[in-house]
Amino acid sequence: MSKVKKQPYKKMNMSPQEYQSFAKTKVPKTNLFINCLKAFLIGGTICCFGQAITDMYIHVFNFSKEDAGDPTVATLIFIAVLLTSLGVYDKFGQFAGAGSAVPVTGFANSMCSAALEYRSEGLVLGVGSNMFKLAGSVIVFGTVAAFLVGIAYMVLGIEGH
Amino acid sequence: MKQGTQTWVFKNKPKIISSSAVVGPDEANGPLKDSFDKTFPTLEMEEKSWEKAEQALLKEAIDLALKKKSISKGEIDLYIGGDLINQLTINSFVIRDYSIPYFGVFGACSTSMEALTLMAALVDGGYVEKGIAATCSHNCTVEKQFRYPTEYGSQKPPTAQYTVTGAGAAVVAINGEGPYIECATVGKVNDLGLTDPFNMGGAMAPAAVDTIIAHLNDMNRKPSDYDLILTGDLASVGHPIVKDLLQKENVPIESTTFKDCGLMIYDLENQPVNAGGSGAGCSAVVTYGHIMQELKKGNLKRVLVVATGALLSPLTYQQGDTIPCIAHAVSIVGRGVKG
Repeated sequence: MSKVKKQPYKKMNMSPQEYQSFAKTKVPKTNLFINCLKAFLIGGTICCFGQAITDMYIHVFNFSKEDAGDPTVATLIFIAVLLTSLGVYDKFGQFAGAGSAVPVTGFANSMCSAALEYRSEGLVLGVGSNMFKLAGSVIVFGTVAAFLVGIAYMVLGIEGH
Repeated sequence: MKQGTQTWVFKNKPKIISSSAVVGPDEANGPLKDSFDKTFPTLEMEEKSWEKAEQALLKEAIDLALKKKSISKGEIDLYIGGDLINQLTINSFVIRDYSIPYFGVFGACSTSMEALTLMAALVDGGYVEKGIAATCSHNCTVEKQFRYPTEYGSQKPPTAQYTVTGAGAAVVAINGEGPYIECATVGKVNDLGLTDPFNMGGAMAPAAVDTIIAHLNDMNRKPSDYDLILTGDLASVGHPIVKDLLQKENVPIESTTFKDCGLMIYDLENQPVNAGGSGAGCSAVVTYGHIMQELKKGNLKRVLVVATGALLSPLTYQQGDTIPCIAHAVSIVGRGVKG
């Protein structure tokens, strides 16, 4: 081994700002257009699928148009929970991005995945208290938003229906 | 003995007389599959919780390292181990059945080399004759603690890394046969203000640069004095950054082989791991499996393992804090090389 190193190497001398902008250039770019397209197509497909289920309840099981919504949501929740439990939904989510976050299935996945994850801590301390870990903020801000919209309706004197 | 500013040279050449690497299914499908001592076919490992699965993984690694050289538990003077789970419960819970003096250490993903450095120093100093340094991580315990539930369908960015399910253990002793630990450079905490926990390679890169330069200066060496300089888990974003930064400081890193455990353990083209592997088990299983084999075969003579760690918690991230990072470097030398 040769020992001909004349002078010590200089320590890295970059300010945090310099490093942050340098590091930013090294981050691989995500293709926003492709991601949006995927989300649009997959989200749209899920919605079309939901519409097909609604139509099925209307035409096959003779539900009224208003009443068909509830069993449709229940069916979508069931499918999302089943796919989550089978370990498929997270892989689907990585591919679909925002497309798989469409309210009903994404919400069901967030609750089911948390319930599964914390089952090892028991039904009360585990499942019960962690099930809304991800979905909780959706409910909180959903309720707050609904309240504010309600106020706006009242102030502007617009009827809800 | 201290040399330079932050390097310890071990005069009595503590040896790694036995080592083991045990992994889960994804690592068993990766390019290093033949270097592991045992692979589990499922992430559950027939246990009831992820935490218990990780314990099973670590226990297997410890037992295998002992069994390989027919070492009994009674011969072990000290165990130093660490993992990524709160309060180091994985290590403490496993070691309660062994009746061995124990230190738990935390350095995030740098824990493997932190434990090895401490063990080498204690063996070199005569406090320990034979000790175990072990580290582990499990993809699902880490996802659960640091990110989202494992089955949650969120989309991860390409900079995100995939936590290695694996445990590695090394038996370090003053007497016996095996590659020896020549010296170690203890890293300083670096924080250049990155906040994204999905880009830990980028956050950890300056810590690796800092430790590599400190090591080379303290030892008065150049990169080509090593057959291989191996970073822990910088993956496809952090590793090229380190290369760039070293070249910028005129450190001829291209004069040696410069690799990253997080890039070696998976096939990035065909496995869904985004930027590559991470976790306390990542550098442990690559070093104690593949690298040990290469050192023993003589394909590698002197290797510098620079394990990197992001010292964040879910709490600090949620509070908007930056990510402090560290890197510890250990130089391991194969048999038949004069120091």
